[in-house]
Amino acid sequence: MQPDGTREAPAAAALASVGQSLPHDSAIRHVSGSAVYVDDIREPAGTLHVVPGWARDATRGRIVSLDLDPVRAHPGVVAVIGPADIPGKNDVSPALGDEPMFAEEEILFWGQPLFAVVATTREAARHAARKARIEVEDLPPLLTVEDALAADETVLPDYQFRKGSPETGLATASHLMEGSLRIGGQEHFYLEGQVSLAVPGEDGDMFVHTSSQHPSETQHIIARVLAVPDAAVTVEVRRMGGGFGGKESQANHWAAIAAIAARATGRPCKLRLDRDDDMIMTGKRHDFRVDWKLGHDAEGLLRVVDMRLFARCGYSADLSLGVVDRSMFHADSSYYYPDAMIHSRRLKTHTCSNTAFRGFGGPQGMLAAERMMDALAIRLGVDPLDLRKRNFYREGRDVTPYGMKVEEHATLHAIVDQLEESSDYRRRRQEIASFNASSPILKKGLALTPVKFGISFTLKHLNQAGALVHLYTDGSIHLNHGGTEMGQGLFQKVAQIVAEEFGVTLDKVKITATHTGKVPNTGPTAASSGTDLNGMAAKIAAETIRNRLVAFAAERYQVPPDAISFADNSVQLGERSMTLGELAREAHLARIQLSAAGFYATPNITWDRPSASGRPFFYFAYGAACSEVTVDTMTGEMRVDRVDILHDVGRSLNPAIDIGQIEGGFVQGMGWLTTEELVWDDRGRLRTHAPSTYKIPTASDVPEDFRVTLYASAGNPSPTVYRSKAVGEPPVMLAISVFSAIYDALASLNPGTIPDLDAPATPEAILHAVLSMKRSRAG
Amino acid sequence: MREVVRFLQNGRVVELADVRPTETVLDYLRLRRGLVGTKEGCGEGDCGACTVAVGRLVEGRLVYQPVNSCIQFLGMLDGAELVTVEDLAENGQLHPVQQAMVDHHGSQCGFCTPGFVMSLFTLYHAPERQATRKTVTDWLAGNLCRCTGYRPIVDAALEACFNEIDDAFSRRADESIAALQAMEQDTRDVFIPQAEGGFFAAPASLDALAELAERHPQATLIAGATDVGLWVTKQLRELPQVIWLGRVRDLDRIEETPGGVLMGAGTTFAAAHPYMARIDPDLGELWRRIGSRQVRASGTVCGNIANGSPIGDSPPALIALGATIELRRGEDSRTLPLEAFFIDYGKQDRAPGEIVTGLYVPRLDPNHAFRCFKISKRFDQDISSVLCALRVTLADGTITEARLAYGGMAATPKRAEIAELALIGARPDRPSTWAAALKALADDFAPISDMRASDAYRKEVARALLAKALVEIGGTPDERTRVSGLRSGEVDHAA
Repeated sequence: MQPDGTREAPAAAALASVGQSLPHDSAIRHVSGSAVYVDDIREPAGTLHVVPGWARDATRGRIVSLDLDPVRAHPGVVAVIGPADIPGKNDVSPALGDEPMFAEEEILFWGQPLFAVVATTREAARHAARKARIEVEDLPPLLTVEDALAADETVLPDYQFRKGSPETGLATASHLMEGSLRIGGQEHFYLEGQVSLAVPGEDGDMFVHTSSQHPSETQHIIARVLAVPDAAVTVEVRRMGGGFGGKESQANHWAAIAAIAARATGRPCKLRLDRDDDMIMTGKRHDFRVDWKLGHDAEGLLRVVDMRLFARCGYSADLSLGVVDRSMFHADSSYYYPDAMIHSRRLKTHTCSNTAFRGFGGPQGMLAAERMMDALAIRLGVDPLDLRKRNFYREGRDVTPYGMKVEEHATLHAIVDQLEESSDYRRRRQEIASFNASSPILKKGLALTPVKFGISFTLKHLNQAGALVHLYTDGSIHLNHGGTEMGQGLFQKVAQIVAEEFGVTLDKVKITATHTGKVPNTGPTAASSGTDLNGMAAKIAAETIRNRLVAFAAERYQVPPDAISFADNSVQLGERSMTLGELAREAHLARIQLSAAGFYATPNITWDRPSASGRPFFYFAYGAACSEVTVDTMTGEMRVDRVDILHDVGRSLNPAIDIGQIEGGFVQGMGWLTTEELVWDDRGRLRTHAPSTYKIPTASDVPEDFRVTLYASAGNPSPTVYRSKAVGEPPVMLAISVFSAIYDALASLNPGTIPDLDAPATPEAILHAVLSMKRSRAG
Repeated sequence: MREVVRFLQNGRVVELADVRPTETVLDYLRLRRGLVGTKEGCGEGDCGACTVAVGRLVEGRLVYQPVNSCIQFLGMLDGAELVTVEDLAENGQLHPVQQAMVDHHGSQCGFCTPGFVMSLFTLYHAPERQATRKTVTDWLAGNLCRCTGYRPIVDAALEACFNEIDDAFSRRADESIAALQAMEQDTRDVFIPQAEGGFFAAPASLDALAELAERHPQATLIAGATDVGLWVTKQLRELPQVIWLGRVRDLDRIEETPGGVLMGAGTTFAAAHPYMARIDPDLGELWRRIGSRQVRASGTVCGNIANGSPIGDSPPALIALGATIELRRGEDSRTLPLEAFFIDYGKQDRAPGEIVTGLYVPRLDPNHAFRCFKISKRFDQDISSVLCALRVTLADGTITEARLAYGGMAATPKRAEIAELALIGARPDRPSTWAAALKALADDFAPISDMRASDAYRKEVARALLAKALVEIGGTPDERTRVSGLRSGEVDHAA
């Protein structure tokens, strides 16, 4: 046990750097205030500041007139830019051409930029941006799932998975049950808002510092709007102050505006969104309505599931194709559906365009599946955990609704069994029952829920990565790869892998900023894949250099290659020992290349979307959480009393970083399902666009009794880097246990009745459910 | 008259003549000084990324408070010591709170980290704190982290913040105190003129303040500026004339009189906190949940009243307790019951040039019972959707008088006068006797729906809170009625 009460999986044998709980690569700079974020970069002389302007009174409508003279007249304003200043295409969308940089004819959501002010100070630009005179002819906006369904408006075609014969299943199942669940969205609330600094160069070149999870896409979109070749644009990202998916596609717009402003003025231009503008203008986690129907037998074994996923995508497609696909891929959670219909609609509304958010749709699909389990258990009067286990994937019952076989179900079973034991689930279940029997106002609830999360981008071509490693003649190593650092510790994990290859300590490995000129055509750092992909690419690059050194040294010193080893900051050549720097110098004199690019493409994935067949995931990551809550049935207030987590990261590359991801992901998921409520008014204006009204968890919301343990894994059965597993997103869904525990507490009010609780479970939502339970008891 | 602002930073006195009235400390640090370790997360004092430490003398002792630099105006640093994240390491050695953050993996993306470090620095220097998780989570309620889930940060705090104080700041405390005392002895009024009649003024006496306010009735009076700061950073309002109350010594007082607590307009929520907690544990807990440590360190109780902000969470409780406020205009003073001050939404009984100078909060009598509840989406650092405060006078278990006030139920904090009447004669231990009072609330209030709650929820929970108060007064222990804020006092209510 560590002092913090967590336990580590046994480290793989004989590794010096990999598997160590080293601090984040920038930890000392973080605490000292010397870690440089984009807004902290010393501005080049003459830097101007850019602020987007929008119509504060319009949600949807035709632009009748736009008078920008008062904006231009404001002191300090250098330029006002609009669609006419874009040399290329007025489009910042990732793929489909449906997101103008500046709206030209029609406004499609409250907050859509129409122009941008460029001024000598950010303050002047902010003041000026509010001075536009904008006349809009209002059109009725579509705001809700129901609005969009009634209008039959979508951003992308419907899509479905079909397994077996769901119609027959529903017609012949001995028992049927149905329900509907609304799932709220979520604001990313990265602490560092969107920001870009564009510096114009010679010959139309543009260099852009930005806070983006997808520098290559940012580069390509800037090139598109500037009408220059991709090669003329360079994008660099040293670190982000948080991303969580909110800077996967959403950073592009602001970088592109900064670049257009820099092109228009010939001066460096910085755009840093105000927090309110950021929350109003950028996309969020998709909110959903899920309608479900299931058939089951007398013991609660599922026979068939029909699930309809209605996702509110906002005004454009953005990443909604993949996001909602991932909801469908996780609509089974950990359960076997003999027959299934998983259907999805991507609804168009006149709201910000919803986007990637840690879990990428998976959490919504999984929440719906867990709701089905809870509801069915209540109906049957059985313990929800028993019902869950009864329906788990297992030998012979292991094919998902999308046709992929779940091979590692033994890990799922082992994790849930171990957690059931270590969390003392059965005893606490009894204690809670007796507490509730004698407590009329406060009610406790308990839930143990599993997580099975598919790892790989379901868009196959994104499953590739590149790295660039240089070994200098003093023995120092320059490390670069396509992954971006947003706090998740990717840079340190990859550095640990490279240090391991060269047998050096971490101080010999220089971590460098992600840069589109060093590693091109990268995918986004997303889908939990950062380490799997970039770690492997960097390993391959380092191995290439090391193999060259071995071949060189074997010949020079006449030792067999297997007598050459790299460890403890030195190279052992049979009986002889030298530093890596000494060997590098000798190799350099012998004209051996000490730089290598590494490339990795995930094997064994064959997903074909049009036919909905093949294998989308390289492997699954597993975990489980057990949460206990207390609900105040008078007010709807809720407290999380205890949480136990057991999570599978394969063989951990860095247990401290992995535990940090698990704890942080859990708390973020808990916020999504409890305190974080996005509220739009009936005119489509977001009313919760600042931390004063949008409440992410604070320190006191985290249960004092919080036990997080890494599952003692023998290693990922799939050949990942050092047999580790991805950890970025899966822990978010551990928080479903909190939502289920609240449901359990509500169910105690009237056994057998299904509570009416939507997400997030705010005090108001909980009290609503309490009152309907009491009414049904009275009636 | 002095035409410069002076403060202490890194052992040196900084003197500034070019201080715009609403220039923020954060902009000063980042834009003028290039000190970019302090971050802007939200620009409204809700995330804490911009937290700096501000040291002031309190009864001769140097006390460091966390301050949101994004909504603090530069002139308000006058007479104080400013400490930023860049100042903490000593000869390349991390400060103990920084080292603990590294050792416990307390940073991920790192953007909130400087703010956390500064909050932890002020906790490290805070005297006589109970070394509990609750102390730490309360101290950090104004610092949001989106990455870590807080556990490692809380562990770092528990390890580093409750030991003997020994850092560069404690070692040079005598010099710092001497420098602050020297500045304090300069009792000239500060007046920094601007173009077109604008100014930043910091009068040093109540008379000077009253005279200045009467002469410039359009000037904006600020004490902690935790609300006015947002007028500037979010509403982009121009405030050419700003009068800061922070140097007015006569307003700084807080004292316990035989009947209650008397505080001046300069009394911060933090300074009033232990006094309020001594009146009643629920009042202490309400105080703990107002804003955050940063907001309470700057924001003043009277400021919260004077600006009539509909999001003030202290007035309903103060009204239930029978508090009175004191106003002054020029030479004339008057006193009125707090509830009479709030006329309508955004409208208070305050004439131009008139200033709120003080507040009196009566203590509870032995035959009083008091309960106060705050409902919000998040327990800490949130604004209430509904706030309920009840003081009843009991004779042989029967209510003879009731003061019941709510926030969030009307355009102003307001008493439930019909329900108050219905409560007379009821017995808290007999629910049937107060059913009429619960019903009467529907006649007292017609709340609205907004982003915090719907009207239906507000009505329902207003009833529930009155019922809960009566159930508790009737004898049900609060472990059986509450999920947070037990009256047994698990929280440290020191200032």
